[in-house]
Amino acid sequence: MSVVTDKSNASVKDTQNSAKEDTKKVVYETKDLNLWYGEGHALKNINLAINENEVTAIIGPSGCGKSTYIKTLNRMVELVPTVKISGEILYRGRNILEKSYQVEDLRTSVGMVFQKPNPFPKSIYDNIAYGPKIHGIRDKKILDEIVEKSLRGAAIWDDVKDRLNQNAYGLSGGQQQRVCIARALAIEPDVILMDEPTSALDPISTLKVEELVQELKKDYSIIIVTHNMQQAARISDKTAFFLNGEVIEFAETDKIFSNPSDKRTEDYITGRFG
Amino acid sequence: MKYVDSTQVQKKMGSRLMANNLAKTLFFLSTLFGLLVLVVLIYRVLKDGLPWIDIDFLMNRLSTDPERAGIWGAITGTLWLMVVVAPVTMLLGIGTAIYLEEYATKGRISSFIKTNISNLAGVPSVVFGILGLTVFARTLDLGSVVLAGGLTMALLVLPVVVVASQEAIRAVPQFLREASYGMGATKWQTIKNVVLPAALPGILTGVILALSRAIGETAPLVVIGIPALLIPIPDGIFDKFTILPVQIYYWTIDSALVAEYANLAAATIVILLLVLFVMNSIAILIRNKFQKRY
Amino acid sequence: MKGVFFVAKGVVHEHDQNLNVREIIQEKKKTKSFNNYTEKFIPKILFGIAAISVFTTIGIVLTLLTETIAFFKDVPFIDFFTGTKLKPLGENAVFGVLPLLTGTLISTAIAMLVAIPVGLMTAVFLSEYASEKTRRLLKPILEILAGIPTIVYGFFAFTFVTPLLRSFIPGLEPTNILSPGIVMGIMIIPMVASLSEDAMSSVPNSMREGALALGATKLEVTWKVVIPAAISGIIASFVLGISRAIGETMIVTIASGSSKNFTFDVTQSMQTMTAYIVEVTGGEAAAGTTLYYSLYAVAMTLFVFTLIMNMVAQYISRKFREEY
Repeated sequence: MSVVTDKSNASVKDTQNSAKEDTKKVVYETKDLNLWYGEGHALKNINLAINENEVTAIIGPSGCGKSTYIKTLNRMVELVPTVKISGEILYRGRNILEKSYQVEDLRTSVGMVFQKPNPFPKSIYDNIAYGPKIHGIRDKKILDEIVEKSLRGAAIWDDVKDRLNQNAYGLSGGQQQRVCIARALAIEPDVILMDEPTSALDPISTLKVEELVQELKKDYSIIIVTHNMQQAARISDKTAFFLNGEVIEFAETDKIFSNPSDKRTEDYITGRFG
Repeated sequence: MKYVDSTQVQKKMGSRLMANNLAKTLFFLSTLFGLLVLVVLIYRVLKDGLPWIDIDFLMNRLSTDPERAGIWGAITGTLWLMVVVAPVTMLLGIGTAIYLEEYATKGRISSFIKTNISNLAGVPSVVFGILGLTVFARTLDLGSVVLAGGLTMALLVLPVVVVASQEAIRAVPQFLREASYGMGATKWQTIKNVVLPAALPGILTGVILALSRAIGETAPLVVIGIPALLIPIPDGIFDKFTILPVQIYYWTIDSALVAEYANLAAATIVILLLVLFVMNSIAILIRNKFQKRY
Repeated sequence: MKGVFFVAKGVVHEHDQNLNVREIIQEKKKTKSFNNYTEKFIPKILFGIAAISVFTTIGIVLTLLTETIAFFKDVPFIDFFTGTKLKPLGENAVFGVLPLLTGTLISTAIAMLVAIPVGLMTAVFLSEYASEKTRRLLKPILEILAGIPTIVYGFFAFTFVTPLLRSFIPGLEPTNILSPGIVMGIMIIPMVASLSEDAMSSVPNSMREGALALGATKLEVTWKVVIPAAISGIIASFVLGISRAIGETMIVTIASGSSKNFTFDVTQSMQTMTAYIVEVTGGEAAAGTTLYYSLYAVAMTLFVFTLIMNMVAQYISRKFREEY
């Protein structure tokens, strides 16, 4: 959207930009983040500030650390036993890497959608109600409402409303992924992390998920890892380019794709490697 | 000069192939040997036992008179035994498996517990009987009642449940756990709501196999001191009892005195094998129904 | 500007209409101290449960050890392990374990003479010769054989195999070590067969193909390639079979009687360590007597034997796993 205003009218652009600076707060601030898997240095001195109500895309060749980074943002990376982390990640001003930070609280506020659709082997209804239930919501009426709202929010209500009690594994891959997005929406997170959410989907399902991301941006801050540069260009406001565990460039998506300041970014987006 | 003389090879080839075919036949016959034994065994048991099975045999109390003797006491005893074994072995077995797979760090303590369990699986059942006799029947002064026998049996079959549950828990895909953690679920919530339901078929199969092992075990309970002739029907876990295999044991060794006891033993074996057959079929059904769901 | 205002209003409106789950969750979080307790205590409870298996082992060892020590106060260690005479009852009771040891080892040897060749040949057939279909047909039979309770095998040995053998071997006594030995072997066949088959199936196909391509027959491949490659797994299956035979109780108790002869004549009745335990406990030996303590000394010997066997098997199969 800002693309259009940028090109059409310079004065509007100025007011919009200043307005943006005023209203858009930083949701995630990463300072000097380093991460090791055993001996392997997977993330090196990452410094990034991510705004709320934007779509931030993370791109880079496979093995560049982009997935590791997004999994560090909700500390899922700690499921790998050998992992070591240093530095700070401030979420809404608090360092989530501190021991005292309750990881469950963090993940309640920061939802995640995974590379491969991973619904539970339960009914569609129970998949969506899972989050609210574990957070103590038992009232059937409220749960019904949450399920409908979340499925509508993930634009899959019409596909599944007649078979809420059927196993989620009966759905197509694209539908499963949207159910997983609905599952994440059910607890109304603040941020949604998406780890290559369309890599296992066909082009039509991919398009639907992309449209959905555009829609969700109104209410959520979204950080999306993608291997697909067109996707990053289509849906994101800002883009970070990762290479060998480092952030090479982080800027407005327009700028990254039209006028990258680093030679390596240019090489990557023009397909010269990766 | 040729190193390989092809005529020589040709000549030898015939005998080599013949040896191969002979061996194949021999190996096949070996494999059939098991089948043969099974057929003979079942035929003998049915021939000796089947004519003796009727409603009176199932519902009567024990008696020294072969014509009047029944196995109702052994049947209820077996059921009461399961009332103790099933919950105890499930709690201990599944709990141990959850600890080892989900909580224990892969260090010395968990590998010590694992080694311990596999060694426990190799301890002869009669030694468990001595443990039960000394600890449950005498030190805790329970006597040779259902509870003492059940606790002994539960420990005996524990490794079966632990190993099966461990495998079932390990087979739950990591992405399901990630999905749950990603929603802000705690570890225990994830285990309770995602891991255990997904692992349940495998765990149940293991539990049923463990129980069928317990139903067929004899030695530990003989050692604990089940009497050869017990007329009263057990009414709870603090009653003295007997079970099907122990009844078979006493009837078999006494068949030298009263020939009909051998028939009673055979008839009881038929009932025992029937129970085991049903249990194992259920286990196989569960296993087949829930295989490969993801 | 008007448009923007309208959209913003729309968003607000939407939020009002729907419930605010985020707030409800925050509210619930405050009253969730119970959950924190569960999270803290569950691992401790589970650790306690897992420790019970260790306590069981400790319980077994302690029970056996204390009473065995008491036994050796009555009967000298040397006399027990070198004594060829076992007469636990009566005035001049003598406690030599050798009759029980020979009984155990002879029955085990007979069992393995049956189980090793038949089990191994079965494994070769299933792993190397049988088609997938045949294998799927035959494996359940082995599983059924493995699932039959030992008491049923005991009955089979006593009422069928012994009379059958007696028609060939005139001197065979009604209770003897030969018949239960053979039946024990049959019982162990499935164990040897399935463990050996696992070992052979995990030999990579490329090794077989190499030999087959040179014109070797299947038998030659099996004998010269597969068995040598799988040898440690196969031997582990034998050792586990031996351990199983040593610990087997009901078959020998029923079919071999309770004669405590120190003999090597397989047509005679012999008592194994396990059968002795059953006999003594069945007789309700009074606590504190030497007879009662002897039970534990024999059980301890049995326990140590099987433990060593199991550890050897574990060691061998651990080494085997590292090979590929």
